[in-house]
Amino acid sequence: MPPVRSTKPVRKPKNAAKTIKRILTYLLDYKVLLVFVALGIIFSSVAAIAGNFLLKPVINNLTTSRNMSKLIKTLITMGVFYSLGIVGTYTYNRLMLTISSGTLKKIRVDLFKHMQSLPIKYFDTHTHGELMSRFTSDTDTLREMLSHGIPNLFSSAISVTGVFFAMLILSPILTVFVVLMLVIMLYVIKIIGAKSSVYFKAQQKAIGKASGYIEEMIEGQKVVKVFCHEDKVKSDFDEINENLCKAATSAHTCANILMPIMGNLSYMHYALTAAAGAFLVINGVIADLGTIGSFLQFTRSFSQPITQISQQFNSVLSALAGAERIFELLDEKCEEDNGTITLVKAKKENGRILESDTYTGEWAWKIPEKSGDFSYIMLKGDVRFHNVVFGYEENKTVLNNVSLYAKPGQKIAFVGSTGAGKTTITNLINRFYDVPDGKITYDGININKIKKADLRRSLAFVLQDTHLFTGTVKENIRYGKLDATDEEIINAAKLANAHSFIMHLPNGYDTVLTADGANLSQGQRQLLSIARAAVANPPVLVLDEATSSIDTRTESLIEKGMDSLMKGRTVFVIAHRLSTVRNSNAIMVLENGEVIERGDHNELMAQKGKYYSLYTGAFELS
Amino acid sequence: MKKLIKLIGEYKLATVLTPLSVILEVILEIYIPFLMSKIIDIGIKNMDMVYVAKIGALMILMALLALLFGALSGRFASVASMGFGKNVRKALFYKIQDFSFANIDKYSTPSLITRLTTDITTIQNAFMTVTRMLARSPFMLVGATIMAIKINAQLALVFIIAIPVLGAALVIISTKAFPRFKSMFKKYDALNASVQENLTSVRVVKAYVREEHENEKFGISADNLRKAQVAAERLIICNMPFMQFVMYACMIAISYFGGNMIMAGSMDAGELMSFISYVSQILMSLMMISFAFVGLVMSRASIARIVEVLDEEIDITDRECDENLTVKDGSVEFENVSFSYSKNKDNYNVENINLKIKSGETVGIIGSTGSAKTTLVSLIPRLYDVCEGRVLVGGYDVRDYKIKNLRDAVSMVLQKNVLFSGSILENLRWGDLDATDKEIENACKDACAHDFVTSFPDGYLTDLGQGGVNVSGGQKQRLTIARALLKKPKILILDDSTSAVDTNTDAKIREAFKKQDDTTVIIIAQRISSVCDADKIIVLDDGKIAQIGTHDELINKDGIYKELYTLQTNQ
Repeated sequence: MPPVRSTKPVRKPKNAAKTIKRILTYLLDYKVLLVFVALGIIFSSVAAIAGNFLLKPVINNLTTSRNMSKLIKTLITMGVFYSLGIVGTYTYNRLMLTISSGTLKKIRVDLFKHMQSLPIKYFDTHTHGELMSRFTSDTDTLREMLSHGIPNLFSSAISVTGVFFAMLILSPILTVFVVLMLVIMLYVIKIIGAKSSVYFKAQQKAIGKASGYIEEMIEGQKVVKVFCHEDKVKSDFDEINENLCKAATSAHTCANILMPIMGNLSYMHYALTAAAGAFLVINGVIADLGTIGSFLQFTRSFSQPITQISQQFNSVLSALAGAERIFELLDEKCEEDNGTITLVKAKKENGRILESDTYTGEWAWKIPEKSGDFSYIMLKGDVRFHNVVFGYEENKTVLNNVSLYAKPGQKIAFVGSTGAGKTTITNLINRFYDVPDGKITYDGININKIKKADLRRSLAFVLQDTHLFTGTVKENIRYGKLDATDEEIINAAKLANAHSFIMHLPNGYDTVLTADGANLSQGQRQLLSIARAAVANPPVLVLDEATSSIDTRTESLIEKGMDSLMKGRTVFVIAHRLSTVRNSNAIMVLENGEVIERGDHNELMAQKGKYYSLYTGAFELS
Repeated sequence: MKKLIKLIGEYKLATVLTPLSVILEVILEIYIPFLMSKIIDIGIKNMDMVYVAKIGALMILMALLALLFGALSGRFASVASMGFGKNVRKALFYKIQDFSFANIDKYSTPSLITRLTTDITTIQNAFMTVTRMLARSPFMLVGATIMAIKINAQLALVFIIAIPVLGAALVIISTKAFPRFKSMFKKYDALNASVQENLTSVRVVKAYVREEHENEKFGISADNLRKAQVAAERLIICNMPFMQFVMYACMIAISYFGGNMIMAGSMDAGELMSFISYVSQILMSLMMISFAFVGLVMSRASIARIVEVLDEEIDITDRECDENLTVKDGSVEFENVSFSYSKNKDNYNVENINLKIKSGETVGIIGSTGSAKTTLVSLIPRLYDVCEGRVLVGGYDVRDYKIKNLRDAVSMVLQKNVLFSGSILENLRWGDLDATDKEIENACKDACAHDFVTSFPDGYLTDLGQGGVNVSGGQKQRLTIARALLKKPKILILDDSTSAVDTNTDAKIREAFKKQDDTTVIIIAQRISSVCDADKIIVLDDGKIAQIGTHDELINKDGIYKELYTLQTNQ
């Protein structure tokens, strides 16, 4: 199997501008709504500022002119501003919800579709965890950024500038303190921010280590118990847990103290303003109390958006980094498919092959000609390898100059140790990988001229690892042929000898399988995957260790079913158990990517070569 | 819940200090606007510069103190909550270590991992919120209201009306939103599960050309998630505008009524200003309470999942027994043993087994999938307790030994075996922490592992990677056998442990077992060749002993064994 490479996630976006542009293209669907969002934010922030600003005439009116009707008038104006603000707040939040959830849905679907179209090679070189985090943490942070981060950033920026100008208008002298405070606040943010990023990185590492340990030990829990290793595991865990606690405490301390510090700096500012304002009033520099009243309200609403910006900024950065990883995945090259030949239902009339609308039991390859016409070749299942050379990685050949042929209806078996290239051969037949050298033909056609989907439809696979899906037993068998009737499904299950155990399940064919079919035994899962292949009814069948988890007795029971399944088809069999391959038309013994022996059982036994030694048990298959 | 609170343990002090310093901070914060009104109403009125300076300095000092207490509370909160998280994680992990096999079977591996990771993170964050926010906000709410009443009781009526209105709205919104969030999280989990499933089954999807089908399914669940999300958050986003509404209404009402009072001469302008400061303090704290509450409610599920594990009754424990009783020899006896995983008497997995194995014997167990081979042998090291009858090892009921003493003498190589990250050597040492290099080498030679291990560039120091990914299936099996051998057990049980090893090596390994003639060896196998030279072969069928005897005896009798033999050798 090809090696698995894990890449470390990069925390900061490499090219923020490009990523933002790309997010914007997704947001463009909501152009009109976004305009309203911006308006809503502006209304909401400006209303708050205007409201505070109006405190000045209110207080001045009360302390000097004492005019009741003027007071009411000012309060009504205030009310209008505030109402607009409330409407603005609701509007932008509600619209942003529609936009962010819609955008994220689109990104998720795009991601998923793209993932489906990636070549197998991509999955070989990336861990599941890595791909999963594109769907989970990366999309989550992106959504958080879209629905809260960006609007907050925008509204905070408006508030800060708005408040600043309002203060400047109210009293340039008192604004000096504002600037002073601003400098102090930014300095505090910078120091705590720098510390916190160091601590958070350390915490991330500690979390990774603890999760890894937990995962491994829980998975091996039974082994731990059998070896009475609990105490050792506990003490190892204690150490890891202690480290995690230390790192997490430092990281959270940083995060926790920022708010109270900023909040109380703002109180200091408030106190300073009150005292200084009083001095100014006493000395007659400022004539009215209203200015001070308004100003004081503003000092309280000045620090909050600054704290917000500093907090949001980091989360926006990490969301951008996540988005960048999402787009990176979206930019991965799809599986290439230059094939033009398709598979069609066919019927023969007067020796000519014609396309048919209904199922005839026969299939043909439809080959487009240069003239625009089509020619047809009946699908027979003749598969040939011509001097195929292949490696998962460059410079590391797995198959070396392999030539082989399987005539329609033949059963071809591959024997050899792990790593000899057995599974690789089957992976090449359905073009999970493309061959750089040599060629593979199918009914005389080079398989890279056949459309991948049509090629794969003509083959059915029962793989080493059975993978079932969440859903009912019936749905899982139906996976082989989406429009299969219940009767077809039951027949396929009977063929695979799965019918009787299915009937014993609590809800028969409607029993829901959970988490990769965990409530079935390995052998039962194998039987279901054989039934799945049976219902697909393909001309070529590939059985990759299909019966390895079924005991010999059950295997002999399903052998009849398997035989009728294999009848009339070209079958490739890979098996560890040599009894399974004995009745093949041809057996290939593979070693180090080369076919070293070929023949039927009797011929190979007579040769007294590798197969003979394997069969008599003198060599090891590992 | 009580159990969790106990886990605060050594972090009690920090846990208490957190709300304490929060409260001190809040008191100071509440007092500052009050002092401000003094500056205006006394200082400016009397044109008293000294008074203004004095009060101003006092305010700044208070703000400094508040900053100190605030920072302290942040520190205490993180010490307390992370420490609490650590203790819960430890308690949970320890508990799982004490689990019996039946306990382990009850939970799926990923669910246990989630409990140990995500769920603990959730509750430690909730703990932090509780100690900080739930101390801060109610105190702020009450304190500021008291100050407001002190300044002007009549005007404070505005708050008395506003607080319940906003409170009720927040409660209604949160309770309505909660079930919607729950269903959203469910859809979210389902979506992730389907991605995971597609990742593991990518070859099947591609081989059957079902990409479109999967895309369609995913599209539907993604859209369902989107709908659920909008449905849930549509309610929550009402919080903010409603809060603004109440706050603005208060400001206007206070300005109006306060204005009237000032004109009537019963209130000062400075007092009005500080009153307005209290509006945001009071209403914001109400908002915070609702946030903290929502967070708490959301962590309820995590708490329940953790408590479930902590409360799990461990069904296999040492009963009162002699500490010094050790297994004397490798004899095994089953007396009328019946066992069921579900403890259901009508549905026994093994039924009425009577069996005697002498010390030093080699016993083969064979039978089809589901015939309860593994179940039967699991009873010997007391991985499960029998429902009826008893299992004797070395002449004593297995329940009479300390579990550690019993399992030290019974070495079992599990069917689904695991190697851990670390070097080969470290893994082998699981069998015996003090094993010498020579002993390890010998064990590996017996398990036919020495040759391939030394063929690796790093030999015994080769790193195995997580889950032992760096060795092949057959190699892994031989290493696990070597590991079991290092325990120098009285009884060695191999549960289909050589299935990926070729017959020849398999024979060699069995040959090595024979050298240790005081060790009882029990071999479960699929291949007749793995058991044919055993002293005794037990053929199981559907939880019962179908046949018992030596190879020669059994092939001459009609029955399952003969059938298997013909199948595997003759065709």
